[in-house]
Amino acid sequence: MLVYLFDNTLDGLLTAVFDSFFLHQQPEYLLTDGDQMPLFADEVHRVNTNSEKAERVWKGLEKHLSRDGLRMITISWLSEERTLNQPLFNFICKVFRLPALSGIERNASDPDVLAVRNTCRRVLHEQLRMKQFIRFQKAKDGTYLAVVSPDHNVLPLITSHFQDRFNDQPWLIYDAHRHYGYYYDGTAAPIHITFEDEGAAPFDLTNGDLDADVLSKDDALFQQLWRTYFKAICIKERLNPKKQLSDMPRRYWKYMTEKKASPDDELHGEGEVG
Amino acid sequence: MLTEKTMEKLRILAESAKYDVSCSSSGTVRSGKKGMVGSTVGGVGICHSFADDGRCISLLKVMLTNYCKYDCAYCINRRTNDIPRATLSVSELEEITMEFYRRNYIEGLFLSSGVVRNPDYTMERLTAIVRDLRTVHRFNGYIHLKTIPGASQELLAEAGRYADRMSINIEIPKEESLKALAPEKDHKSIFLPMAQIQQGVLENKEDRRRIRHTPRFVPAGQSTQMIVGATQETDRDILQMSSAMYQQPTMRRVYYSGYVSVNTYDPRLPVLKQPPLVRENRLYQADWLMRFYHFKVDEIVDDTHAQLDLDVDPKLGWALRHPEFFPVDVNKAPYEHILRVPGIGVKSAVLIVNSRRFNRVTSHHLKMMGVVMKKAKYFITCGELTSTFSQPVVGINELRPERLRPLLLSKSQQQQAAREQQLMLDFGEDK
Repeated sequence: MLVYLFDNTLDGLLTAVFDSFFLHQQPEYLLTDGDQMPLFADEVHRVNTNSEKAERVWKGLEKHLSRDGLRMITISWLSEERTLNQPLFNFICKVFRLPALSGIERNASDPDVLAVRNTCRRVLHEQLRMKQFIRFQKAKDGTYLAVVSPDHNVLPLITSHFQDRFNDQPWLIYDAHRHYGYYYDGTAAPIHITFEDEGAAPFDLTNGDLDADVLSKDDALFQQLWRTYFKAICIKERLNPKKQLSDMPRRYWKYMTEKKASPDDELHGEGEVG
Repeated sequence: MLTEKTMEKLRILAESAKYDVSCSSSGTVRSGKKGMVGSTVGGVGICHSFADDGRCISLLKVMLTNYCKYDCAYCINRRTNDIPRATLSVSELEEITMEFYRRNYIEGLFLSSGVVRNPDYTMERLTAIVRDLRTVHRFNGYIHLKTIPGASQELLAEAGRYADRMSINIEIPKEESLKALAPEKDHKSIFLPMAQIQQGVLENKEDRRRIRHTPRFVPAGQSTQMIVGATQETDRDILQMSSAMYQQPTMRRVYYSGYVSVNTYDPRLPVLKQPPLVRENRLYQADWLMRFYHFKVDEIVDDTHAQLDLDVDPKLGWALRHPEFFPVDVNKAPYEHILRVPGIGVKSAVLIVNSRRFNRVTSHHLKMMGVVMKKAKYFITCGELTSTFSQPVVGINELRPERLRPLLLSKSQQQQAAREQQLMLDFGEDK
């Protein structure tokens, strides 16, 4: 049984495809270092990631796949799911093995294609959820800050949306789970940033709150207004927590102004004012 | 400048506005512009939150004022109701909208108002706000503006230049029922502005064909809403009205609002313990059939079936009434036929049509694609032996609809049916 080991990067995976064709081999498993080795692995081939080889494979893909197909690969890769490696590898191999079949990325009856497709769909779904549920807070210097921790690495997919929409306001969207963020200064393209010392960042990573000394003056008021509105718009006769949870899963709540535990709630009881 | 008082006003006016169902921010794609804030994304729009009643919050849905000179029986804001009244000042409303938008709370503004003094006066104030938002605050997000029945055409023409969508609610599909409940309104006051907006949109389209930079007029079209369960109208009346609405080129959505008993004292209205949520849901399903599944209204409801079946969804209902249409061969049948199979939605139908070019689609494939085989298996063939192939194929035609129907009900519905058939000995203990 033949096993390929790679370094869990997209370039590594493309190099694995290159090797598989170069060596005329068809590995049974494509694994990364942390994975459990199968019981009867007689032959292990370690893939040395090589960006030139990866580039060549990608060029080949560009020839055989439509734009949608290519997007499917790059987007599904952002899922960071290890279960994707094998189907994605098989899918890319199939593209080269069956070049006559144009549009293979649309064949949902192929289990590998379907797996890649579904992963891609999940990532796209989550990037939409980020566009929905990101909540900015305004700092004193006019920067708007939001903290998120999505399941998939979707920040690269959403920056253009926020740049387009809030083109005159500087913002920072920070992924607390992956420890990086994008900062947009109001003019140039958003830049990738990381904090050397996350503890010193002026916000709380557990609930996304800006520290009180950098929070702008009115922000607490607007947050309170939003919470008030959120409560008022609900029709009590139609409570439907199941639907609410399916559309807005609880894992997103901790950064959402209207749903996270707020200090005002304790002060005002029900949060009602007046 | 915004104070606790503003908060109270916002609470009152949001509570007054919440019975309007429409909240979509769809229908128009407009990317950001230099010097302006915001964009609209089109497609399905973006819902920014979901309230505890499960409804999406996409727009800041609020009334400018909930004072109203009308006395419509079904409305929470009728003048005879003793509820807290408030009016937001123009600057308050604009500031809230902009600040909410910049924090990504909302996709835009849904503005409506009670009628004060006269329709034109009210409409003028609404128009002034949207004009301000666009020209002073440079707001480029979504604006949904309610049209006040009876407002003049000039005002509509101006408002339409700033709003993305304009809507006016039919509320009650039959004019005589409407007149009984809302003596100040009639169908003319509703359909006339609708027609005027439509004419504006069509003329604008024509203009844009000649001069490309003509500003757009109500680019996201119109929507409307009907109340379900407040009057005697059947589902057939309601759906025929929606179907007629969808014939109009600018009507994008018809919403259905299960009547919430807000004015229990009014003898003209039924007192409902619970809003008719199931019926409302069935109406939406029927609406979807008309918009995405190539169904005609007469196929969903007709003289003998004037009400939708509350136990099964309208698509399944149609299938049970038309066994001769089945079985559908998923490997050969055209897309439109596959769409009619219960358990197959638009997404899976597209997947099937795309996949069958490569190989035969089998029931295993269908399952993996997300088809609800529990339902679909009675209505399709996919050119393979059934799982227990010693037995003949069991489909709708072998089983007959009347025996198939109980199999497709949900567990709780089955139990309910069993209870009804079960003879009960009444010992006089319960009740």
